[in-house]
Amino acid sequence: MDAPTSQDTAPRTKQQGDRPYTRSMMMLGRLGEARHVGLVLALVILAVIGVVTQPDNFATSSNVVSILALASTIGVITVGATFVIIGGGIDLSVGAVMALASVWATTLATQSYGPYVMALCAILVGTGAGLVNGILIAYGRLVPFIATLAMLVAARGLAQRMSDRRTQLLQPENNAIESLSTTRVLGLPLVVFIFAAVALIGWLVLNRTTFGRRTFAVGGNPEAARLAGINVRRHTLLLYALSGLCCGIAAIIIMARTTTGSSTHGDLYELDAIAAVIIGGTLLTGGRGTLVGSILGLLVFTMITNLFILNGLDTSDQLIAKGVIIVIAVLLQRRGLRSPT
Amino acid sequence: MAEHSSLDRRGFVFAGAVLGAGTLAACTSNEPENDNSSSQQQNVSTGGDNDRPGRRVTIGFSAPAADHGWIAAIAKNAQAQARRYSDVTFRPVEPTNDINQQISAVESLISQKVNVLVLLPNDGEQLNQVARKATDAGIPVVNLDRIFPDKLAYRTWIGGDNYGMGVAAGHYVGTRLRQKGVANPVIVEIQGIATLPLTQDRSKGFADALKTYGFSVTAKQDAKFTVETGNQVASNLLQAHKKIDALWNHDDDQGVGVLAAIKQAGRREFFMVGGAGSANAMREIKSGNSVLEATVTYSPTMASSAVRIARLIAQGKGMSDLVEQGVPQSITLASETISRQNVDRYLPLGFES
Repeated sequence: MDAPTSQDTAPRTKQQGDRPYTRSMMMLGRLGEARHVGLVLALVILAVIGVVTQPDNFATSSNVVSILALASTIGVITVGATFVIIGGGIDLSVGAVMALASVWATTLATQSYGPYVMALCAILVGTGAGLVNGILIAYGRLVPFIATLAMLVAARGLAQRMSDRRTQLLQPENNAIESLSTTRVLGLPLVVFIFAAVALIGWLVLNRTTFGRRTFAVGGNPEAARLAGINVRRHTLLLYALSGLCCGIAAIIIMARTTTGSSTHGDLYELDAIAAVIIGGTLLTGGRGTLVGSILGLLVFTMITNLFILNGLDTSDQLIAKGVIIVIAVLLQRRGLRSPT
Repeated sequence: MAEHSSLDRRGFVFAGAVLGAGTLAACTSNEPENDNSSSQQQNVSTGGDNDRPGRRVTIGFSAPAADHGWIAAIAKNAQAQARRYSDVTFRPVEPTNDINQQISAVESLISQKVNVLVLLPNDGEQLNQVARKATDAGIPVVNLDRIFPDKLAYRTWIGGDNYGMGVAAGHYVGTRLRQKGVANPVIVEIQGIATLPLTQDRSKGFADALKTYGFSVTAKQDAKFTVETGNQVASNLLQAHKKIDALWNHDDDQGVGVLAAIKQAGRREFFMVGGAGSANAMREIKSGNSVLEATVTYSPTMASSAVRIARLIAQGKGMSDLVEQGVPQSITLASETISRQNVDRYLPLGFES
């Protein structure tokens, strides 16, 4: 697209986009807040359960730090997944792409270039896989479910082939990567700051930039978005690239936490990420959603795991609890949608 | 204008991606630069008289696809041991984690009329039929580790002792705690996949051995044999118990994640025992400054032994250290305890995770 056209359309999209945008944002704000109240309430209830059942262990700073550090890997992925789902798509490949990025970044060949190249490698592999998803979906017209399912299978296969199905350890000279989770600033490991930064930037991009507005528009009604002058295909492509980028960053965090790259990393992350986004109040059909909700949803999940292990309960019950919470959240979401009309 | 600058940014991302692709292509290699990595080590042994070349035999081999260092080592060990013999033709089939595929792979080995089969089934129950079919066709089956329920389905079983592994870990923990004079120790156990019988056997052995010292497991939790789940479970368990005296982790592969979690939590007050016997765990033990003090073996060297036994069966020989003319029907390998004292002896047998 050449410069004059884009200058032409830019003000128009703004004017046209603005009014429905603010209206829907107001509605969203109401719904969003109500949903957030529910999630905050859920977190408070979980915290109370924690304090009552484990008075000495739950409400300690080290336990809170541990919950945040555990949440940071899927957290970063959830940020990308929120964009994709608001944009009307779905990305099933997140866990596999993270695994591939972690493996690619920890091959002996990559490791010989030092920690910075390893981090860059993880980010490039993640973004690259995301771009492939985006091209297949936006230009190849594949259904997102199918395209990213294919990527899920293929990326894990490639990760297995590349690692020869072994666990690849960080070499001692690349301990800088591990120090991301051992070095603490203000009592928090650096990986938590990476998560916070990604979440903050994600929030700003979603709520304060044209990119964010377009994401809502494309997800809400792609045809209307196209008529409003948005390049829907290019935008879709970028959303998947963004999700891939988040997987790359998550790969750095998982390398820091486990000191390894492995094709087994990120198993079923796609389900956790999608579940967090959904119970956070984002519509699976796209067009509506909040990032704050997704992150709260994720914290609910991480806290459940923590509570179960603190109390020495069976992991199978944990899965049941998570399933029940997803169903309740989606039921509440439906009621929330009906009430304004 | 906003449109403009975002276009530029996009261009930058694309250029970066293209540039990156070039560098990345150079990064896929996993070959170590100098070739002294122990992944090249082969757990072969050179035995007595029986090792002299005999009748030519073809050994068929089928095992699950590796998703774990231990299984990877199984295939490598079998291959390496077979290559040691000039009289052995080794015929492995494509490893798979799909029951149906493994069944048809074994069927293809039967129709090729190999002399003997070494089988590590994905699931003993589900592959029992095809093993029986091989035996009925006159092909002796050496059953590796995961046992077939039907004794008519195999000639010899060789495998590890999961219960014994728990016992070995329990005795190490019990002895050390008694030495230290700890009265009511906090003992934590990190299992593999809890629903597997092998995990339940290991836990039972551990509990039984601890009972002889008057101790019991304070808390146990299951991970999923992966580094990531080990890390996750250990992070949470360390929060649940502010002071731990001993920790047994069932699997050295997931132990990499467990050790990382311990380090990140800055904990040192306890000692840890591993399981399986990976090279990495042995290096930690040898270093002497790790919480990991010992590991109890469940060694993939059993695949090398299985190939040796298969060859003997096909050639109609017995084991030279026994008086009997035939190979025994069942061989349960003992779980050995590797600590700092004997780690040098075991290092060459460790598998890379």
